[in-house]
Amino acid sequence: MKSRTIRALQSGGAAFVGLAALAACGPAGATKAGGRPTFEGRGPITYVAGKDASGSVQEMLDRWNKLHPSEKVTFVQLPTDPDAQRQQMIQNAQTKSDAYTVLALDAVWTSEFAAHRWIDRLPEDRYPLSQMLKPIVETGKYRGGLYALPFSSDGGMLYYRTDLLKQARIAKPPATWAEMKADCAKVRKLPEARGMSCYAGQFQKYEGLTVNFAEAVNSAGGVVTDAKGTPHVDTPQAKRGLDFLVNSFKDGTIPKDAVTYQEEDGRRAFQTGKLIFLRNWPYAYPLMAKKDGSSKVADRFRTAPLPGLNGPGASSLGGHNLALSASAENKATAIDFMKFLSSQEIQRFTLSRAPGAPTYEALYKDPKLIKQYPYLPTLKQSILHAVPRPRVFRYGDVTAAIQQQVYAAMTGSTSSAQALKDLQQTLRQQAAGE
Amino acid sequence: MVTTQNQAAPVPRAPAPPAERPRRRPRATSGTGRLAALLVSPTLLVLTVVVLYPTLVALKDSLYGTPGLNPKTGFVNESDPFVGLQNYGAIFGAAGARFWNAFWNTTFLTVTTVALETVIGIAMALIMHRAFQGRALVRASILVPWAIPTAVSGLLWRWIFNSNGVANALTGQHILWTTEGFHAKLAVIIADVWKTAPFIGLLVLAGLQVISKEVYEAARIDGAGALRQFWNITLPLVKPALLVAVLFRTLDALRMFDLPYILIGAKKTSVETLSMLAQDQAANVRFGPAAAYAVILFVYVFLIALAFVRLLGADVLGDDGPARTRRRWLPRRRTEVAA
Repeated sequence: MKSRTIRALQSGGAAFVGLAALAACGPAGATKAGGRPTFEGRGPITYVAGKDASGSVQEMLDRWNKLHPSEKVTFVQLPTDPDAQRQQMIQNAQTKSDAYTVLALDAVWTSEFAAHRWIDRLPEDRYPLSQMLKPIVETGKYRGGLYALPFSSDGGMLYYRTDLLKQARIAKPPATWAEMKADCAKVRKLPEARGMSCYAGQFQKYEGLTVNFAEAVNSAGGVVTDAKGTPHVDTPQAKRGLDFLVNSFKDGTIPKDAVTYQEEDGRRAFQTGKLIFLRNWPYAYPLMAKKDGSSKVADRFRTAPLPGLNGPGASSLGGHNLALSASAENKATAIDFMKFLSSQEIQRFTLSRAPGAPTYEALYKDPKLIKQYPYLPTLKQSILHAVPRPRVFRYGDVTAAIQQQVYAAMTGSTSSAQALKDLQQTLRQQAAGE
Repeated sequence: MVTTQNQAAPVPRAPAPPAERPRRRPRATSGTGRLAALLVSPTLLVLTVVVLYPTLVALKDSLYGTPGLNPKTGFVNESDPFVGLQNYGAIFGAAGARFWNAFWNTTFLTVTTVALETVIGIAMALIMHRAFQGRALVRASILVPWAIPTAVSGLLWRWIFNSNGVANALTGQHILWTTEGFHAKLAVIIADVWKTAPFIGLLVLAGLQVISKEVYEAARIDGAGALRQFWNITLPLVKPALLVAVLFRTLDALRMFDLPYILIGAKKTSVETLSMLAQDQAANVRFGPAAAYAVILFVYVFLIALAFVRLLGADVLGDDGPARTRRRWLPRRRTEVAA
């Protein structure tokens, strides 16, 4: 056991606050050397997740608590902002606190948390992973081991205007980028489509840009990083992917404004009738289908898998996985609770409350759920073709580098070839641990 | 100043006490000293815990690097490597571009916002100083921007600077304010000036109200015009208050974080400040560089504050007038008082 100073994180920017924040003190110790962790101890634990908008989390916990009165689970609610959630979880791990037991980890944090040994490797044989969609299970893995249990997923889909496509005599939604551009050209000739733009995604300089860039690269047959975390962005395939975005901005397929779009900006543009095609997550579906007048396209849109270069594209995966904090107590209870919370029954219940992407294949075929969420079959296709975002332990740096270069290329301050060359170099340096 | 004199005075006398009351006097003063120490100790304790300790730990942390990944196990090494001053040296190396960009952004935003705020703040104060009907209402409404939390006003201005927002509608332009570029800096400057000019305005107003009317009457009799009155009377007399206001604003602006972070976004090269850089490093679990940047910012803020107090004679503590301030840092001053 070695003692060292542990620092706490804080988002405050003030120098004094910053100095103070870097200096919380606490005991520290090395994790048990070698061997698989043993999951011992039963008793009360905590479940840590971002703010629960649907209000169904407490209901699920109540269900568990009724069945296990001596192993009660308390809900620790973190802020809505993912960065703030991550910081609090890291802070908890750095101070080796046992305040957090089961963490609802964003899928892209798995590698970082696993590499730092902030979360335990999980016993794969105890969970019904074979009933889940394979790309989703992959998001919980680090170097072949399961570190986070799939709990909810998320995949990108193409929302499109059925009424306009029908009027332009287009039978089915586009499967390739070229088809999408051709469809737009036809639709824009309609008087109803005057002033409309063709397509938008999330292109503001933030995490959404990484998602959209990775989708473009994957949909053109490239990869951003391979399974070992080695970058491959300076390739013809990756260039074709980025060129789709860059050229679409140039030729007006994507409106100039979209460089400031996050999820909600795109949704607003689509549901006020400014876009023919939109890439967005499932959450937007019920909002755009609302018939209270807030959406002008309530009955006039559908979803399709994302288009790609030569056929259906590949989505990035979002979602949250359940992980076990390495410094927690009562891990035997936690292991059971994670199984309960990620179970098919609970996911069905959650989905009945709020839109989302379940991890179990069976739920995508459930007629009752499909009636409530018509996007489910499309989403399943989307997820089956999905590729996880780069699985690297310094994801924060990788996504920052991607955002920097892709944004520069999209806004025209560098060429796409130069951007990818620079990106490859930065990512390689980062992978080398510099 | 007063307490310093009282405490300092008896000390040199103590070795040679006057003959009349050899017993009583030391007891009285030592009692006062003990009581003073006792009364001050909670403050000192709090300061040690919340200021001194974190500063020292941050200094220590800034000497450590980031642990690397063990390629065999795939796990991050347990302890941070000691790298000495490497985190500070790195800002002069190839990787220092981001630091210097943040440094110049911080400086540029500070200089421009504070300059504009000072001019607008003085104008506001002069308007509020005039006696007219509804003055209370005007004063209250000028305060509103200052009362709104920065995070909220950041969101507010993000709406205004939206591509379909009010700013573009009014100017008839189609500027994408929240993208990279000079317009992003401009957006931050506008929002910050809107928010904090009232602060300077209020402090200057307080300064204006203590200037006696007779001075102006005399000036008028001497035939000084409005501009001349402002330049030769108002400005010199309001200077102590104005300097404190500008100093506070400068220190605040140097630490600017939430407004550009919310209005334009994180990691935007055009508006990334030193605070944002330090926060970003800390968020990516690189505490060494983060601490180093925070320390550099701390030193920068400290030097600016020192320059204000020494060169301009800003009366930060409010315990003496401008004339005495200037004398205060003459080296013999304190011994004179003590003797």
